[in-house]
Amino acid sequence: MVSLHSYLILSAILFSIGTIGVLTRRNAIVIFMCVELMLNAVNLTFVAFSRYLGNVDGQIFVFFVMTVAACEAAVGLALMIAFFKNKESIDVEDVNLLKW
Amino acid sequence: METIAMPAINFAAIMPETILSVIAMALLLINVFVPSEQKAYLGYLSLIGIVVTFFTVIGGWGTPQEGFNGSVMQDNFALFFKGIFLVSAALSILISDQYMKREECNHGELYPLILLATCGMMLMASGTDLMTIFLGLELLSVSLYVLAGFQRDSLKSNEAGLKYFLLGAFSTGFLLYGMALIYGATGTTRIAAIASYVAQNSLAGSNLMLLIGMVLMAVGFSFKIAAAPFHMWTPDVYEGAPTPMTAFMSVGPKAAGFAAFVRVFVIALPTLRADWADLLWVLAVLTMTVGNITALYQKNIKRMLAYSSIAHAGYVLVGFVAGNAVGTAGIMFYMLSYAFMNIGAFAIIVLVGKKGEPNNNVEDYAGFGFKHPLLAVCMSIFLFSLAGIPPAAGFIGKFYLFSGAIQAGYIWLAIIGVLNSAASVYYYLRVMVFMYMKDPVEEFDWLKVSPAIALCLIIAVAGVLIPGIVPGYLLELAQKAVLL
Amino acid sequence: MLESLFFLIVAAVAVLSGILVITCKNPINSALSLILTFFCVATFYVMLEAPFMAAVQVIVYAGAIMVLIVFVIMLLNIKTETDKRTSHAVLISSIIGLFVLFETIYFLNRSSLTGSKGLMDSAMIKSVGHTEIIGKALFTDFLLPFEITSLLLLVAIVGAVVVSKRKI
Repeated sequence: MVSLHSYLILSAILFSIGTIGVLTRRNAIVIFMCVELMLNAVNLTFVAFSRYLGNVDGQIFVFFVMTVAACEAAVGLALMIAFFKNKESIDVEDVNLLKW
Repeated sequence: METIAMPAINFAAIMPETILSVIAMALLLINVFVPSEQKAYLGYLSLIGIVVTFFTVIGGWGTPQEGFNGSVMQDNFALFFKGIFLVSAALSILISDQYMKREECNHGELYPLILLATCGMMLMASGTDLMTIFLGLELLSVSLYVLAGFQRDSLKSNEAGLKYFLLGAFSTGFLLYGMALIYGATGTTRIAAIASYVAQNSLAGSNLMLLIGMVLMAVGFSFKIAAAPFHMWTPDVYEGAPTPMTAFMSVGPKAAGFAAFVRVFVIALPTLRADWADLLWVLAVLTMTVGNITALYQKNIKRMLAYSSIAHAGYVLVGFVAGNAVGTAGIMFYMLSYAFMNIGAFAIIVLVGKKGEPNNNVEDYAGFGFKHPLLAVCMSIFLFSLAGIPPAAGFIGKFYLFSGAIQAGYIWLAIIGVLNSAASVYYYLRVMVFMYMKDPVEEFDWLKVSPAIALCLIIAVAGVLIPGIVPGYLLELAQKAVLL
Repeated sequence: MLESLFFLIVAAVAVLSGILVITCKNPINSALSLILTFFCVATFYVMLEAPFMAAVQVIVYAGAIMVLIVFVIMLLNIKTETDKRTSHAVLISSIIGLFVLFETIYFLNRSSLTGSKGLMDSAMIKSVGHTEIIGKALFTDFLLPFEITSLLLLVAIVGAVVVSKRKI
């Protein structure tokens, strides 16, 4: 069996890729996709822990994370459509995420 | 085929949540039959629901109820916070109708969404399982994304909703990663079980997975309570969102974030106290200082109050770092009085604003004190309380937060807090200087006080002054609700 | 041995497609790369003996959520990003990201799995069935979170309608 650490490191890598994506991209939809990538990395961590601990709780958590991701997708895309209607773009130029 | 043994459900533990969600669903149905100029009735119905829920909260006081195999626990701590959420929801609903009519977006869905957000906050306060807390948080956040973007024809509101959504989802990732690592280190998501497992196997000092999980969770919660350096979303979102919703989200979700933050850290990770107290010390100092210094330069009053709300999160973090009974009771007392004073101030902003809110700058308040003396006095009371000047409730709250820190030996933290609090007086008083010492630039003839807003102002003034002058009763309640 | 090799190959694909998600200029390409990552994650779920999660991953994530995203990209007819953000923001965030990465890997490598062990092993998953294990836990220990999900879905439906509908 592949060791737990391989899974943890893989999900850490995916999580960091997602984080970098959120901080560098300007397109709201791409940012949202990067968040989904982060959530998937977390899900992988949960399932790996769950399997190696022999405890189902982690997989239930993943189940809920997926539901939440679906809800966020619905609401977030609706917000993007509303934004697009008024501005004709979804570049987050004024949505400067690193503003102090 | 065997049957599944149902868990011990115990509805008493989720009574307030049940009532609120049932009313929210009923309102969604009723909404269809209410013509658009009479949506205020939905607001009144939801207020009735909130009052009923408030009575169940009072009725549950002193009898802790556990339910759903330990997923939820309604103790005094949870009940006190539920009271705060209900107060903030009720006051925000009172100021919503006039604003939404003015901005021509009085859709009836507003009230069910506020109620469901409140329901989410309650689940955060009473959840004793990381899953319950997470889902409560998401119920709250998803409702708030919608409420922030509620004025769908206004670009500002859309932007606020979108920004809040992107950063909220981003922070959820960190929170979840933290939860995942804590689950890996302990093999459970129940808060009490985490604590006992960590204590039994003495994982505290040695386990790096637990430590990094704790740090990541702190990052996630800091986003939600808008602590620096994770506060970037706050000013833009607060400025763009509809004003009543800004009032709501500056109080309720912050209190809910603190409730979950305190419960997870104090109950589940007491053995890591030394580590997280250091972390939160730094966060508290940063939050207070960044919030107050940037607030000094703000022209827009909603933006100023956003930065001031960041600073207030910093003061509350001081009480959290202290971690003793006085500090924790201070957190609860402060959040309650903050609900009154902040929503009160936002009620005045709603009144002064015009359609599209072109006049939200501090300069636009010039001469307000002479044209509407009574409202100006109310505003002054709220600002005094926010600045922490006696006899307002804000002073007593700050006093307890800082004296908790001194008792716990964090003298420097308390000194930094007091200095910050002194600096904050400048920007609150600036508004009052404009109100009383400048001549009006334009007339305030558009301003009309609806009965609902008048009621909100009366409640808020009472809520600021009464605990400020006779704080004994409320403090006693807060002390009974402390988790320790 | 064969399993490790398989893991390495799929992991490489997952990481590469993850990098493509954040580097592609065209959102559609990002979305397609993300779907590939999701499939890789589903493969890992199968390797971790969680077939139900793998199925849900493909159906809900790759199926529902990504279709929604691709649909919105098409609907809004989003063009490729013309100019990237200033290189200095990219630099700072990459440093932050890499720092998080190394920190996490460093800590995770030095920590061991300490959690309390449960009963779910390969034999049990084979004899009882993965879906049944999940179902039982979902409707007993985690009944309340399951109920909260229903409220969450309600909020999502109402919210999506309120925000994007022109006239109610």
